[in-house]
Amino acid sequence: MKKYILDLSVKAIERLSDKHVLLRLTDDKPLPDMLPGQFVEVRVDGSSSTFLRRPISINFVDRENNELWLMVAMVGDGTRKLGELKPGDTLNCVLPLGNGFLANSQKPKAQSYLLVGGGVGVAPLLYLGEELQKLGCEVTFLLGGRSEKDLLELDLFKRYGRVCVTTEDGTMGEKGFVTNHSVLAESFDKIFTCGPTPMMKAVARYATENSIACEASLENMMACGLGACLCCVEKTTEGNLCVCKDGPVFDINRLLWQN
Amino acid sequence: MAKLNVNIGALSLKNPVMTASGTFGYGVEFEDFIDLSGLGGIIVKGTTLKPREGNDYPRMAETASGMLNCVGLQNKGVDYFCEHIYPQIKDIDTNMIVNVSGSSPEDYAECAARIDALDKIPAIELNISCPNVKDGGMAFGVTCAGASSVVKAVRKAYHKTLIVKLSPNVTDITEIARAVEAEGADSVSLINTLMGMAIDVEKRKKVLSIGTGGLSGPCVKPVALRMVNQVAKAVQIPVVGLGGISTAKDALEFLMAGATAIEIGTANFLDPAVTIKVRDGINQWLDAHGCQDIHEIIGCV
Repeated sequence: MKKYILDLSVKAIERLSDKHVLLRLTDDKPLPDMLPGQFVEVRVDGSSSTFLRRPISINFVDRENNELWLMVAMVGDGTRKLGELKPGDTLNCVLPLGNGFLANSQKPKAQSYLLVGGGVGVAPLLYLGEELQKLGCEVTFLLGGRSEKDLLELDLFKRYGRVCVTTEDGTMGEKGFVTNHSVLAESFDKIFTCGPTPMMKAVARYATENSIACEASLENMMACGLGACLCCVEKTTEGNLCVCKDGPVFDINRLLWQN
Repeated sequence: MAKLNVNIGALSLKNPVMTASGTFGYGVEFEDFIDLSGLGGIIVKGTTLKPREGNDYPRMAETASGMLNCVGLQNKGVDYFCEHIYPQIKDIDTNMIVNVSGSSPEDYAECAARIDALDKIPAIELNISCPNVKDGGMAFGVTCAGASSVVKAVRKAYHKTLIVKLSPNVTDITEIARAVEAEGADSVSLINTLMGMAIDVEKRKKVLSIGTGGLSGPCVKPVALRMVNQVAKAVQIPVVGLGGISTAKDALEFLMAGATAIEIGTANFLDPAVTIKVRDGINQWLDAHGCQDIHEIIGCV
């Protein structure tokens, strides 16, 4: 899949929570092909402590309006600077990067999918859900957060499948972690997961115990995003692999979960 | 348009812009962004006789105007390179140069000898300056005796252009440069990364898995420039300059300091098309200043 360096224009910026913004980017020309689970390396201008680009997963691609959506968790100087962007500003992006969720697996027919996300890790699951729905799959989202305010874009998720929610404080959905949710009593053909490592590990354990195929999307610290610098490696059954190029999506059977 | 071609020993470069090892993969990772044949050379990832897994994650820490890395020479070994990677890169229309590392002079020589047999690899860059491996690497590059021993062994086994990459983590880099020149190196490249450290104050722990890493990026440029100038005055062989180059102006500074060619490293992470922009910028500067040939500015300060 061809990669590009593009100066995208900020069409809108929406505040999703006190820590999250949604950047809706557009371009004069049609945006390139992008797969769910792929990511973008964005250049952060105007933050003296931010040297490298920031890898941000693709939240959604709205083809009708030629928009690329990036959900940004403002956790450091660089991402906070991204949160200050205004409509009309330009964001320099290298994209699309990484393998994506559906790159390695056969195009599914009618299967039931469970998409498990936590925190900002829910971001790539929206675009994935849309794609799976288009392919005729049955989609269940299982989304977790500490509290009600951590659950983002719920109305959008509902367009593409059933939405199940857990919160640690019980302010919404079932109380507890995603791996405690009652929907896990049902049977699924495949699980995709993205979120904090402890959550993904727990999901991977559940998948293994129940013999369900499962892929997880990792977010190791990166520099180049292209498989050139070998900084973002993850230990796998095939040795150290680059999360940016060989991933970010890995079959859980390849992961040794040592980081 | 000014003449941009330069020579490094027997190696002819169409322009002085090359890529630094470990920052540009095998070149193919960047072919969506630039025409690789527009570069003077591509120095591919460090290669060793035996495969190396490299160091544990985390291998990278961002710093002000730069980054630290401790990748530790992860590569699949020279046999894998010759069999699987070389066929994919041999027809790229530029000088494909292999960076070679090892843990003993014999290792280096054996690895170099295997690459000597590859028709389309006209040169190697000998890495005696990697700060991120325990066995060898920088250990050879910080003493004249160590540097000489490796270059001597490799010179016997390798018959094409031999560039030796020097460590800045020494008291006097000109001594090392002179030592490798005396053993028959065709060129020296400098600088490799500067040894550094980062600490996570919340965890009260060092950020990098092995504690230390090599610093690169714009923050090292003044140090690199000074060393290039010193070495260019100390040796007769051509000097390849690198360290924090991200613009044409940076590259011109290195050329004026005495570098015959330059390498671009960390800047490739920020802008995957930076190399071609630097080449074009050098060209425009020369034209704007009425220079017919890039040699008019090499070492002019």
